[in-house]
Amino acid sequence: MYDTVIIGAGMSGLAAGIRLAHYDQRVCILERHTTIGGLNSFYRLGGRDFDVGLHAVTNFTPKGARKGPLARLLRQLRFRWDDFALAPQIGSEIAFPQERLQFGNGIELLESEVARAFPAERDAFANLMEKIVDYDDLNQELFEISTREILAETIRDPLLIEMLLCPLMWYGNAREGDMDFGQFCIMFRSIFCEGFGRPFAGVRLILKNLIRKFRRLGGELKTRAGVDHIHVENGRAIGLVLENGQEIEAAQIISSAGLVETMRLCDDVSQVDTTHAGRLSFMEAISVIDVEPQDVGLEKTVVFFNDSESFCWERPDTLIDARTGVICSPNNYAYTGQGETFPEGMIRITAQANFDRWHALDESSYQQEKTKSYNELVASAVRFIPDFRHRVIATDIFTPTTIRRFTGHDQGTVYGATHKILDGHTHLPNLHLCGTDQGFIGIVGSMMGGISIANHCLSGVHSSDSPILEGGS
Amino acid sequence: MTSEEIREVIIDILGDIAPDEELGDLKDEIAFRDQLELDSMDFLDIVMELRKRYRVQVPEEDYGELASMQSTVTYLEPKMQDVEKA
Repeated sequence: MYDTVIIGAGMSGLAAGIRLAHYDQRVCILERHTTIGGLNSFYRLGGRDFDVGLHAVTNFTPKGARKGPLARLLRQLRFRWDDFALAPQIGSEIAFPQERLQFGNGIELLESEVARAFPAERDAFANLMEKIVDYDDLNQELFEISTREILAETIRDPLLIEMLLCPLMWYGNAREGDMDFGQFCIMFRSIFCEGFGRPFAGVRLILKNLIRKFRRLGGELKTRAGVDHIHVENGRAIGLVLENGQEIEAAQIISSAGLVETMRLCDDVSQVDTTHAGRLSFMEAISVIDVEPQDVGLEKTVVFFNDSESFCWERPDTLIDARTGVICSPNNYAYTGQGETFPEGMIRITAQANFDRWHALDESSYQQEKTKSYNELVASAVRFIPDFRHRVIATDIFTPTTIRRFTGHDQGTVYGATHKILDGHTHLPNLHLCGTDQGFIGIVGSMMGGISIANHCLSGVHSSDSPILEGGS
Repeated sequence: MTSEEIREVIIDILGDIAPDEELGDLKDEIAFRDQLELDSMDFLDIVMELRKRYRVQVPEEDYGELASMQSTVTYLEPKMQDVEKA
């Protein structure tokens, strides 16, 4: 009998596990796959290390900063800043055909760029900043107001509105078209006010630290342990049955499987409400080049590009939508550690993709379409960055079906359901959600999400306005 | 435990929560919030560490007593006088 069983060894599940094990709970994390990480995992192919998910750790604040989600996360999990070894970004860009805006860590560069490119919007941008600072993270009603409405009230130039929305939607918007204002504020702070960082060794360093700490505290991890169902009796979850038939008893369950996916696991739920199921998924074109990206003139850490009239954030009807995308390179961070140089370069380009279209392909057309989509996406991206195609020595591609296979999320969604449950509650008092469908996005955000649910479980407080649930991405 | 020992316990807990902080310069009469920018999650952590390590219960209505080192030690003295130092 465990005090808590956690479904999923991603960032949120591991963080929750550490908190609970630290406070002497008997905790077991169940992971369907052989590796940990969920949406933020890693793999090795052709002798090279690849990251999945992580482009950049958002919420980057420098060592010594006491405020913000990263500092708070380190204190909650008892890590030192150096444990995550985050190197800051070199600089990023929002690239539209009409205008480009640079931004770095801290709001100053973006502020001056907005003033340069949109001098008439200077005060409007300051007003927007005030609204973002005043926004209360945890008010579920305020969370869902329309960002587009607020932006239209504040800023006149539609181009600036689209340019601000582009990176923030790209890095964490589960809704199509519009964005919850709460999510917008969280993303604005984590990307524009704080910034990007990355450990030289990639996401595996963070995962390694998390799992080591979890195990040292007595936590158990079972891999290849997919959950078949959660057994419910008299309005309480009493245990889980694994796909291999094993039964596990738990006083409490925390699930990072997603809202719809978790409901489907409960054996007391016959009809799963999929009204809010997300359907935004991605394709990623990964190129390995024989030099560092800076040698071909790509000097940005992340470039968010878009060339449609208004930035279009929705599931495409076609396999992919190459009009907007994110270009990032793990090479382009200010690494200072010894031996922290790469022998070659990696450029990852992400685009919106349609799960159903990819899913419907047979094996041979799937392979063909992968190559075609890779070419289409890279061709679109090199309109905004130097053409690197003559230097490519290896490629890899993942699609929405790859994401579903590794995350178990319906439709291969990356940002989950369109309706977020900030306090993670479900119809059962001892079953909680953590992770993406709780509305916490990004590496730091998802860990904070797991922590907030663990704290909630530890204190036995059931109100959503509990002071310990002070969120943030 | 003496008040000096209680102070050491709190320093130890703070060192655990914020390993990057230099706690040698901590001023006893100034609020933790102002010196270390601890937030409500951190205060709850201090409470939980006290419960875990010494089985000392701090009810929610008393959280305000943990504002500074001075007020924390004063508040904990009667509660921890019979507690043996770990």
